[in-house]
Amino acid sequence: MRLRLSGEIIKSDLVRRVEDLSGQNIAMCYQCGRCSAGCPVVDEMDILPSEVIRLLQLGQIEEVLDSKTIWICASCLQCASRCPRGVEFSSICDALRAIVLRRRTATPSVGADDVSRVMRTDAPQMGVVGALRKLNG
Amino acid sequence: MKIPYYPGCTLHERALDFDKASRECANVLGVELEELPIWTCCGAVFPLTTDSVMEILAAVRNLAYASRMGDKVVTLCSFCYNVLKRTNKVMREDAERREKVNLFLRADTETRDKTESFLKKDYVGQVDVLHYIEMLRDVVGFDEMAKRVKTRLEGLRVAPYYGCMLLRPHGEMEFDKNPEQPTIFEDFLTALGCDVVDFPMKTECCGGFQIVRDEETAIACSQTVVASAIKRDADLIITTCPLCLYNLDRKQKEMEKRVSGFRKIPVIYFTQLLGIALGIDAEYLDFSDNYVDPRPALAEKNLV
Repeated sequence: MRLRLSGEIIKSDLVRRVEDLSGQNIAMCYQCGRCSAGCPVVDEMDILPSEVIRLLQLGQIEEVLDSKTIWICASCLQCASRCPRGVEFSSICDALRAIVLRRRTATPSVGADDVSRVMRTDAPQMGVVGALRKLNG
Repeated sequence: MKIPYYPGCTLHERALDFDKASRECANVLGVELEELPIWTCCGAVFPLTTDSVMEILAAVRNLAYASRMGDKVVTLCSFCYNVLKRTNKVMREDAERREKVNLFLRADTETRDKTESFLKKDYVGQVDVLHYIEMLRDVVGFDEMAKRVKTRLEGLRVAPYYGCMLLRPHGEMEFDKNPEQPTIFEDFLTALGCDVVDFPMKTECCGGFQIVRDEETAIACSQTVVASAIKRDADLIITTCPLCLYNLDRKQKEMEKRVSGFRKIPVIYFTQLLGIALGIDAEYLDFSDNYVDPRPALAEKNLV
């Protein structure tokens, strides 16, 4: 993978926006990888949680916004509980999803029509409401 | 003793079995759970974006309703507990968002809730949010609870599953001393006379709401949890969360298809187990919605 780096790219306004929205300081991460090691859904992700943070440190936000990873996070916060530097990857994911969803150009990964009839009648309300709020905005 | 109680939508609809057993157990222990006269869904998930205002409004309204009844509110569902407790912290500590949310609440007072004088003062976090298990420990007391036990659950091997929402983030939830090695459910089970089964997956995620987006992802998570308890010869798993129960119990139907020789394990709510120990009437112990029937495992220990 080729990365284009420059001072301007690294100081991306959109990355600062992610920091504001998530309340997280991305520079705190020193890439130990405990978030990726502890993540229960990491097998499904195309970019590891620690890699997402590294890409953000390098200003590569569009690549991160296009990833599957941000829609797979279950907000369980295991990453945050194990981070020795106090970074909450789940909050960064919420911020990244918010940026995509607020652009209103992308198709959300879960829409009301995607929730099958079985799921609507069978699953607890909290699951359906939670999924739609997290993944549809 | 009366304590304001917030059931939340799932306990009002899909998890009536949880609501029923919990209310009856509280009655036996001398606590009347007084349901808030008006409440709405709390929103199910706490928004992790720092500019969220609309997203916490429903939760604040519920807290404000509770503040008219007392200085605490008890809830059972792990999601509700997480959302209410974290929202409460925002209202206590984030002056900017507190002011914005209260503008909405004042507007409520001026319009549709006029007759009820919805809010006499701003909501600033006056109410303490308690989980039912915290109520058992801190209001009733595990010792007192143990004295009311009619049938000690001797020999029953129970794996306590905490999941995520009670424990994390630890700095805000402060649910137990150590989020990686909590003990409150172990203490609860010991008071009932159970054999506690410690298992490493007790604080792992069950897949949560991801079950709606992609069943495979969520089942991979819940299967890890279930397998960990089975490996340690647990007779059953207890939980506080209707979504965990759905992922761990109902999805064993899928696990059976994936794993040859899969041994099923029942998953029940912690207050249903408490109800068995307290000897509450069978009408409050409804297992008809469980995919894996817990009654054979209980019958083996002469508990049903």
